[in-house]
Amino acid sequence: MTPASSSDNPFLRIEGITRRFDEVVAVNDIHLDIRRGEIFALLGSSGCGKTTLLRMLGGFETPTSGRILLEGQDITGLPPYERPINMMFQSYALFPHLTVFDNIAFGLKRDGLPKADIAARVEQMLDLVQLKPYAKRKPHQLSGGQQQRVALARSLAKRPKLLLLDEPLAALDKKLRERTQLELVNILRKVGVTCVMVTHDQEEAMTMADRIAVMRDGRFLQLGTPIEIYEHPQSRFIADFIGNVNLFDGKLVTDEPDHCEVQTAEGLFHIGHGISGTLGMELGVALRPEKMMLTEGHHSHPYNAFQATISGRSYMGSYTAYELQLPSQRRVRVTVSNADRHADPFAIGTAVTAHWAPNAPVVIVD
Amino acid sequence: MPDRNDLPAPPRPRKPRRWGRATVIGIPQIWLLAFLLAPFFILLKISVSETDALGIGFDPLVSYVNDVLQVHIRFSAYLALVRDSLYIVTYLSSLWYALLTTVLCLVIGYPFAYFIARARPTVRPGLLMLVMLPFWTSFLIRIYAWKNLLDINGLINQALLWVGIIHHPLRMMFTEFSFMIGMVYGYIPFMILPLYATLVKLDHRLEEAAADLGATPLKTFWLVTVPLSRSGIVAGSLLVFIPAVGEYVIPELLAGPSTLNIGRVMWNEFFLNLDWQRASAVAIVMIVLILLPIAVFNRYQTRSLESAR
Repeated sequence: MTPASSSDNPFLRIEGITRRFDEVVAVNDIHLDIRRGEIFALLGSSGCGKTTLLRMLGGFETPTSGRILLEGQDITGLPPYERPINMMFQSYALFPHLTVFDNIAFGLKRDGLPKADIAARVEQMLDLVQLKPYAKRKPHQLSGGQQQRVALARSLAKRPKLLLLDEPLAALDKKLRERTQLELVNILRKVGVTCVMVTHDQEEAMTMADRIAVMRDGRFLQLGTPIEIYEHPQSRFIADFIGNVNLFDGKLVTDEPDHCEVQTAEGLFHIGHGISGTLGMELGVALRPEKMMLTEGHHSHPYNAFQATISGRSYMGSYTAYELQLPSQRRVRVTVSNADRHADPFAIGTAVTAHWAPNAPVVIVD
Repeated sequence: MPDRNDLPAPPRPRKPRRWGRATVIGIPQIWLLAFLLAPFFILLKISVSETDALGIGFDPLVSYVNDVLQVHIRFSAYLALVRDSLYIVTYLSSLWYALLTTVLCLVIGYPFAYFIARARPTVRPGLLMLVMLPFWTSFLIRIYAWKNLLDINGLINQALLWVGIIHHPLRMMFTEFSFMIGMVYGYIPFMILPLYATLVKLDHRLEEAAADLGATPLKTFWLVTVPLSRSGIVAGSLLVFIPAVGEYVIPELLAGPSTLNIGRVMWNEFFLNLDWQRASAVAIVMIVLILLPIAVFNRYQTRSLESAR
């Protein structure tokens, strides 16, 4: 799907990896290059193949076909204990019978490092994750956030060339998760380790990763930076999967180099770029809830506007989410940022006009 | 104006009824008390009693005759145990064979339990069934069946002769070999089941984490799998070791006469020599010998398990 980049030496190269379980193709012919120092996220819902792909990088699954190259060296056939790769497991898999210190030292001892070196490295790791006073504790004596940091320290202690994160923050509650996302990225940047993470949480992928691959049915649907994925979804699935979106079906009625127009049942979309399609072709238009503006009363616009009534609203603090009912009975989601503390949100039943800029919608041809 | 205290008291939290729990715990407790502790004290009493004038019963330990309170406690049965080195050697031998049985059961049972625990969940019940299937036939018959297998003219010798691996039948019956075969065969389910119970709960990702951190499969086994299945190892070992020390049927049927075994000594004292005092003393010493160290060990074990979890 993704053409191998022409750069001479990618740090990690995945070459046509496929993994079958009996009849099911969990991972289907994935090609991917990852740069040194990059944080890369595999994003998808459960069963999309992201975890299987990660486990093949770790050596816990053998690919049915394809190769994995790390710094040009083929590691496809190496067992996990011979790979210069470490993994932070989902819900951490800390050794319950060992102290925090011994958990972190476990990998270093396997390398046969001198005792003093091990102690120094463990200290350094404890420092990095700010757990110095907890070295002698057992994992069950730590909070979820502390366990997560021990797991991180353990997976970084051997200075792996590649770090794998399997749902790194899924076991934490929401508030802690948001704080930890940035903290985790800071540590990864500080260490400078190349990192592949797996997550089903699109927010986590967007805040942490340099690039994201959205997976479905063992394939990459789209690969790009968080901004590319969010603002230029290439398919309805992506648009819908990442964030909230209103999707409309329509026909292409105008297609000029500098703009095009799509006629939908809900109204005419005037879009600020050409798409070089054929007139009359069916396509979709995706419009994010935060890209629309609301004004009270019905105003007429030639295009890029809905006349609607407010049919639902939820006040979320930083923004208010409205549900608009269009004359066609179609419901549309609009969010309005509560920039002004004294803003008076529209009441249910209010007649409003929603309008948006020509560069707000995205045309989806799939 | 009504005082605050006049308000109706808030409904008191209902006291949970305790008699149900008391019954559930109490009945087995009473059972144990009646059928374990009582016989123990009867044995203890017999072991220090004097045979009565008729030679069929025992004199009471405490008598009150002519304003004299007399307490008769006779230690000669115990002294005999110490004086005759046969008893000491027999105790040691029984402990040794019980230990050997335990180690063999552990070494053979561990991979077996591990294999069942790692098998697909759909086949596990079937494999466990195989472990428990022997319980469906009488223990005595199963042990006796080994005679037919291990005899000079037994099935194994005939098969080996027929195949041509040996030219003279092997003497396997009434040896340490046949004894240990019977012991391991009889006791291995008691090792496998608790081991399986711990191993099946062991998080496989911990072994993956060890491999990920550079531990070879063998290292992973010693550093992760074994320590985390310690409670199963201890439980299985105790379940095998304790009854193995006093085992009577298996040595009687399969071991040679030269194999010293405390169960048989006890039997002989009771039923051949009809020396109940000494037989009781043998039994009491055995119980103390096994229970004391195990009680201490168990307490230590519980404590260390509680601190680890």
